[in-house]
Amino acid sequence: MTGSGSKTLSPQRKRRRRSGWRGLVYIAPAMALVILFFVMPVIFTGWMSLHNWPLMGGTRWIGLKNYVRMLHDARFLSALQFTAYYTIVVTIAIFAVAFPLAIFVEKQRRFVSAYRTIIFLPVVVGLATASLLWVWLANVDSGFVGPALKALGLVDKSPNLLATFDSAFLTIIIMVVWKIAGFTMIILLTGLQAIPADLTEAARIDGAGRWQRFRYLTLPLMRKTIALALIISVTGSILAFDQFYIMTSGGPQNRMISVVYYIFNQSFVSFNLGYGAALSIALLAILVVLSIVQLWLLRVGEERP
Amino acid sequence: MTTAKVSPSKQRRARKAFRANGAYHAAGIAICLFFLAPFVITFLASFRHGTEARLPPLPPWPTNGLSIDSYLSLDTFGAGIWQHTINSLLVSLATVVLTVAVSLLAGYGFSRYRFPLKNVLFVLIIATLMIPFQSILTPLFIILAKLGLNNSLLGLTLVYVTLQLPFSVFMMRNAFDAVPKEIEEAARIDGARDLRLLVRVLLPLVLPGIATVAIFAFLNAWNEFLAALILLSSNEKYTLPVLMMAVRAGRLGAVNWGAVQAGVAVMTVPCLIVFLLLQRYYMRGLMAGAVK
Repeated sequence: MTGSGSKTLSPQRKRRRRSGWRGLVYIAPAMALVILFFVMPVIFTGWMSLHNWPLMGGTRWIGLKNYVRMLHDARFLSALQFTAYYTIVVTIAIFAVAFPLAIFVEKQRRFVSAYRTIIFLPVVVGLATASLLWVWLANVDSGFVGPALKALGLVDKSPNLLATFDSAFLTIIIMVVWKIAGFTMIILLTGLQAIPADLTEAARIDGAGRWQRFRYLTLPLMRKTIALALIISVTGSILAFDQFYIMTSGGPQNRMISVVYYIFNQSFVSFNLGYGAALSIALLAILVVLSIVQLWLLRVGEERP
Repeated sequence: MTTAKVSPSKQRRARKAFRANGAYHAAGIAICLFFLAPFVITFLASFRHGTEARLPPLPPWPTNGLSIDSYLSLDTFGAGIWQHTINSLLVSLATVVLTVAVSLLAGYGFSRYRFPLKNVLFVLIIATLMIPFQSILTPLFIILAKLGLNNSLLGLTLVYVTLQLPFSVFMMRNAFDAVPKEIEEAARIDGARDLRLLVRVLLPLVLPGIATVAIFAFLNAWNEFLAALILLSSNEKYTLPVLMMAVRAGRLGAVNWGAVQAGVAVMTVPCLIVFLLLQRYYMRGLMAGAVK
């Protein structure tokens, strides 16, 4: 069997070399799409960012002026600041909910797979849909949360949750946790389940308490999974747009403008396409740096398992 | 009868385990309530009478009998709910078909052939994952306009297909890698070549991979908002999420919350059905992404 297998290998190799270009034919459609709708737009974005590029009329080469403008643009800096604040808060919130959930549904017992499925359900609906759903739930007169609190006698008057920064921010965080926690839970669950059971068993026999086992066994062994879940959460949050656009339209006193929202405003509301492109390049740079950090984090996890 | 024979300590332990079990499932039900409630409240509320649509959903179920008033009022927005549902379905299904076709070919090419720059090209496709599409929307808009595909569902579909490619090509290459070479060789000896070999012999073997790619393509295209918001400019072309912005904005300062509930239901139900039916393949894709 093995002999005949190795015998057929060499003519096959020859055939492959002869049809070296045939493989390219198979990948041609994919390459065409990626080049046309991804590589070219990225290069084009870079080119546009060096121009004054209004919607109508001529474009003008202005070199790095857009980037200089960006550094002095207070609204962009506050968008960056808000996005960073949102990313940190929402990531902590997601992990604070998803980690206990992952531990909760780890063991195989009755109904656990039903719990997992239900917790995961919000993940498969769109963020825009979820935002729309919650903007109704949070509505002061026609929604659910405020009137329910009032009906329970917890408040005198149904609160307008989306009217002040803090309560609107809290509402959005709860919405995103509801929407995303199931996803993070499943990622963390794969890490939890990859820990050999006899290892935890041995630690228990050695007298390690529950917290000690978690701190010195589970956490280090899950480093790679945690890094992955962290990066997915961080990159996703930096690109947040739908929830702010749909739920608060930029929020009370325009304080909820994320970076993507600001780019959207500059490019498609004010039509400063060149400046929008420069902002996009900045966003792109942030994300690429994060991806490199991700690769590095995951590799470090591999070296010391 | 039998319990009388069991020693008291064992009985106590059993009772403790029973109570712990009860506490576990009580917590489980409470958690599920939190994750399910928004869906359930919206579905139930969307079937209330038009006159109730403005009132808070307390209780959420229709108290004056079932009614489809909310869906009828949703139909008065844009070009009618059917038109927009069809737009969304067209874009999503075309995205599924094209993504499967393109990534099937590419996955096969990357798995079975050797050609110049193979690894560079593969990394190039995967590397697009690093770059957020949110940052290239303006050029996409301009390129589509140059191709005569601005404000067209086809243009939007092509963008969605491109966004799906890194994940899909990766999935399909792995699916083909898992097919033993012997099967292919046997088929070759029987005279099957190239496309026929791919479609007749290999396609059934990589069907699970195709299912995974198809589900992700469908859900992402159905749910996508920002690109659709920017690339579609005329009313009758809007997909559901973009239409819902008009509903959300309301008329004369008043939002028709009944229409919002109905719209959320229309957008949610297909996702939940697809997921619940094909959960196995969805999770496979998620794991493949997670261990990558």
